[in-house]
Amino acid sequence: MNNIGLTHILFISCALFFIGIYGFLTRRNLITMLMSVELILNSVNINFVAFNKYLWADKLDGLFFSLFNITIAAAEAAVAIAIIINLYRHYKSIDVEVTDTMKF
Amino acid sequence: MINLSILLIIPLLSALAVIFVGAKSARVVALLGALAQLGYSSYMMFSYMAERAAGNTTQMLYQTKASWFAPMHIEYFVGVDGISIAMIMLTAVVVLTGILISWNVDKMPKEFFFLLLLLSMGAYGFFISLDLFTMFFFLEVAVIPKFLLIGVWGSGKKEYSAMKLALMLMGGSALVLVGLLCLYFNTNINGAHTFDLLQISKMHIPIEEQRFIFPLMFVGFGIFTAMFPFHTWAPDGHSSAPTAASMFLAGISMKLGGYGCLRVAAYLMPEAAHEYSWIIILLSTIAIIYGAFATLMQTDLKYINAYSSVSHCGFVIFGIGMLTKTAITGAVLQMVSHGLMTALFFGTIGMIYERTHTRQVAQLGGLLKTIPFIITVFVIAGLCSLGLPGLSGFVAEMTVFMGAWQNPDTFSRVATVLACASIVVTAVYILRATGASVMGPIKNPDFLTFKDATWNEKFASITLLVCILAIGIAPYWLTNLVTPDTQLIMDNIGRTVGSVKL
Amino acid sequence: MLSTNLIALIPLLPLFSFLLIALVGRKNFPNLCGVLGTIALLTSFLLAATVAYDYFFVAGKVGEVYQQIVPLKIKWLEFSPNVSIDLGILLDPISVMMLVIVTFISLMVHFYSLGYMKGEERYATYYSFLGLFTFSMLGLVISSNIFQIYIFWELVGVSSFLLIGYYFDKPSAVAAAKKAFIVTRFADLGFLIGILVLAYYSGTLDFQTLITRLTTPTDQLHAITTASFLGASALTWGLLLVFIGGAGKSAMFPLHIWLPDAMEGPTPVSALIHAATMVVAGVFLVARLFPVFSLSCPSALQVVTWVGASSSLFAAIIACTQTDIKRVLAYSTMSQIGYMMFALGVSGYGGEHGLGYMASMFHLFTHAMFKALLFLGSGAVIHYVHSNEMKDMGGLRKLMPVTHITFLVACLAIAGIPPFAGFFSKEEILQAAFHANTTIFIIAICTAAITAFYMFRLYFNIFWNKDYHAVSHVHDDQAAHNDHHDHGEGPVTMKLPLLILGVLSIVAGFVPFAHLVTSDGRALETEFHITFSIAPVLLATGGILLAMVFYKKENPAPQKLADGVKGFYNAAYHKFYIDEVYIFFTKKVLFNLIGRPAAWIDKNIVDGAMNLLAFVTEQLSYLIKRIQSGRVQNYAAYFFAGVIGFVLIFIYWWR
Repeated sequence: MNNIGLTHILFISCALFFIGIYGFLTRRNLITMLMSVELILNSVNINFVAFNKYLWADKLDGLFFSLFNITIAAAEAAVAIAIIINLYRHYKSIDVEVTDTMKF
Repeated sequence: MINLSILLIIPLLSALAVIFVGAKSARVVALLGALAQLGYSSYMMFSYMAERAAGNTTQMLYQTKASWFAPMHIEYFVGVDGISIAMIMLTAVVVLTGILISWNVDKMPKEFFFLLLLLSMGAYGFFISLDLFTMFFFLEVAVIPKFLLIGVWGSGKKEYSAMKLALMLMGGSALVLVGLLCLYFNTNINGAHTFDLLQISKMHIPIEEQRFIFPLMFVGFGIFTAMFPFHTWAPDGHSSAPTAASMFLAGISMKLGGYGCLRVAAYLMPEAAHEYSWIIILLSTIAIIYGAFATLMQTDLKYINAYSSVSHCGFVIFGIGMLTKTAITGAVLQMVSHGLMTALFFGTIGMIYERTHTRQVAQLGGLLKTIPFIITVFVIAGLCSLGLPGLSGFVAEMTVFMGAWQNPDTFSRVATVLACASIVVTAVYILRATGASVMGPIKNPDFLTFKDATWNEKFASITLLVCILAIGIAPYWLTNLVTPDTQLIMDNIGRTVGSVKL
Repeated sequence: MLSTNLIALIPLLPLFSFLLIALVGRKNFPNLCGVLGTIALLTSFLLAATVAYDYFFVAGKVGEVYQQIVPLKIKWLEFSPNVSIDLGILLDPISVMMLVIVTFISLMVHFYSLGYMKGEERYATYYSFLGLFTFSMLGLVISSNIFQIYIFWELVGVSSFLLIGYYFDKPSAVAAAKKAFIVTRFADLGFLIGILVLAYYSGTLDFQTLITRLTTPTDQLHAITTASFLGASALTWGLLLVFIGGAGKSAMFPLHIWLPDAMEGPTPVSALIHAATMVVAGVFLVARLFPVFSLSCPSALQVVTWVGASSSLFAAIIACTQTDIKRVLAYSTMSQIGYMMFALGVSGYGGEHGLGYMASMFHLFTHAMFKALLFLGSGAVIHYVHSNEMKDMGGLRKLMPVTHITFLVACLAIAGIPPFAGFFSKEEILQAAFHANTTIFIIAICTAAITAFYMFRLYFNIFWNKDYHAVSHVHDDQAAHNDHHDHGEGPVTMKLPLLILGVLSIVAGFVPFAHLVTSDGRALETEFHITFSIAPVLLATGGILLAMVFYKKENPAPQKLADGVKGFYNAAYHKFYIDEVYIFFTKKVLFNLIGRPAAWIDKNIVDGAMNLLAFVTEQLSYLIKRIQSGRVQNYAAYFFAGVIGFVLIFIYWWR
């Protein structure tokens, strides 16, 4: 119990991932959904860092990848928010339910 | 020297030319193109006959070969024998008359003639191809314009009919494609595969494979020739199609199937053809009898001819299924004869419809008095359909019967008797239709105002009539053209059973 | 012998006249077409007569036997080196005889129609059809190949169709034309299959080879005459099927129903096609194949006998009750052809036994003369009174003297009164029947008596009975009535053929037929038993007297008799309801039980299956398209579920 192992961290990242998935699938607010996506990305980041630390402690690849991810997440957030703003201008709403024109 | 590619270039060029000229002159260009086709195919037929007379015994004449898609060994490989020549002549005649009949199309004439010419190119390509994939390619070229011709220029429930026709024919060609590929992967020339029809014919495809491939091919092509129970595209398609498209459909497209059944399915897989011949005979006999009886109950002239086409094309399949030389010759004759006769029939129905605006037998009557030329031609087409001697239908049917009777087993005999019986039913429905629609008192005073055939209608009818009479009165030139090649096909079919029947 | 080209011209001239009239003459010189056709036929007839003279008296015989000569044979359609359809000319006694009959009767009809059809709207078309028919009929009789005969068989069928339907705006004519074509077509189906059977077993289509092969006793012939299929040998089946074809064309029971209706055509056409030439084609066909029937297959010949005999009696009974004069003649034709048929049936092959064959051909010959005369005469009557019904006629003997005399001659001839033509041929037939089969003989002699009765019933009703002017008020309102006395009996073109045929009906019996046309080509010495002739002649005279009593003056006796046997009379009047049986069969069985279900099945089941396929596809796509909801979260959920699914697969299955 006194030693925090890989399992513990993976557990956290797993929990975070599913919280993100849950949020993404159930929330109707686009901003909240975006936040859920961030949670998923962060759970991945945690994995990267944790595996780097516990399996290949002498390498930095995992850390680099998590840095990449953070950058990409930032870019993605920017694009996503731009889309959301446009949607809002169009529909006067950021409810995901109204944006179903791409069906059939 | 004959170059078969010219046969493709003429319709292609004239089709392109139609696009670039004005709407009014499109029909002239199309007519010139069709005349050029007919001229060139006749020239080809005569030089072919001269070659044969000079003792050239190569199976396929005027071969041209060029690599098209090397990794799959797909080649542009063309050549003709007597059977293809007969089919090409048929196509040329039907195209010419079809264009003449649709002389007064006023809805998008450029597109209309473009599609007609494109279709004819597909048909020529199909009949001259000796490479299975090229053949398939042209088959598709011949199908797609029909969808548009019916869907855009048709009448009645045209969208439904066009869709049904296109889907069923596409289904047929999908089966053909699968069969084609299976065949391809079962060929072996020094480790490589081939689509070459002549080479495949010399190979012995394992019988287990044939059992699988043959039905695919036969049913696939069979759908084109309206084989029971895949014939239902024909009545709807014909009745909705504009006149020229009906003529093409029955005169040419249905023959693509018959030709494919013979040239690809039966010729390349003779062992399976033998094994399955009873099924073929069964289905075609049903088609013949049942088509004839279904015709009895039709009230629309086009439906009558469409169902009778089902019955008559049954004879093609029937002849092929009987697997005797005479019967197969008869099947080829029937293809040519039915092509001409049905084109004439649809042509005259179109002329009648143009004047009366109805095709319902009950609403017509006494037309012989007002438009005698058209009606005379119509009646002659009907008489040809019921197999009157002196017209082409008789020759073809009798050849099929003679050939079919050579199979001494009871099953074939019963089938032959039933097929023979259809000539009575044919007589009944033809006479009912003509009796009610053209004889009797004039039903409608409007009929008195009709003008008889115009020059283009006369030209078209007489062209077809001459061909029908030429075959009917002097069949030997056609049989002489075709028989050596049906003999070759029979030799290939007979290689397994050891004996070649009459 | 005449050159082959000239013989070929005999059938070709009418063909040329058909083509010329149909393609050019109809438009450009319609009024000359009749003359044109007549001239063509006259040439044709002269050629035929020359051929006949040459054949019978100059070149036909080798030793004592008339030979079969094939001057021309063109390979038309080859199935295999041995089996091919040839178009050729086969000259033997019967074909030469038929050449003469056909060209002669056709010439008479052409000539007669010049007057009869004058002023018709489709006068030229009529002559072109006549040409087509004559060509087909001549082609039929000179056929050297069994398939050639089938080809021309169909062609005479269609020309008969065209001529019956000549008045195409009359629905009854159209119906009659259709009926004639379809019934004979049905019979032709039997013929066709019969040809296939015979051709298969003999390995040839050529008449001479076929007959030789099927009559020479070999192992193969033995095999096909004994091998049984459904109780009869293969050869019997083949011959019977061929005979069905013959029976259809010759209007034998039960395929006779088309003949009475065929009288809707113009009367000269009835004379040509439905009395003298086309309807005897069946007899001709049996005669052509007679060696095979007689030598190899007597059982088939039995069938021919009984069909012929029953048809002849059956038709004679019906003829007594009909009131349409042309229908009476139609049934009389059927009855006489039945005579010819059973005469063939009771005959043997060669020598003394061949009496029936000779008699049959003889009767065919004489019958052609007097029956054509009867039809042309009745045509003249119809022309005069504008009606076919007996009730509109009567007392015409003064008004139409030529017609009257010639009609009387023809009636005497058909009744078998000496010395008219019918007497001689009928006598031979009765003798042949007497020697072969008593039942047949009794039927034959009864028929002879009934024939005399109904023919004179016809004669008296037309020319005696009531006074014509008493009945002619029927037409008072018709403008045509006034013309009667203007045009009189008819133009000379109508009278001349009557006179010629009348003379022939008297003298034709004196042709030494037994020396010319026999089954084996050898002359046959016939004996003439005066004692044998007494009974038939007396019976015929009795029939005539009875008719005279009944019909010479208007009296109630016939009506009383008819009432006396009311049931039978009604049945006979309604032609024993054979038509109704056919109508029941075609309308109810063929149309309703086969045609309608076939059309229904096609629309609903076969096409339904296709539509079902389309429907199922469509429904499936409706189901599937719901998945494309357009909602990001749904897509994400599917995606995620997919990922989970794959992960599970990879972990647990993909080891």
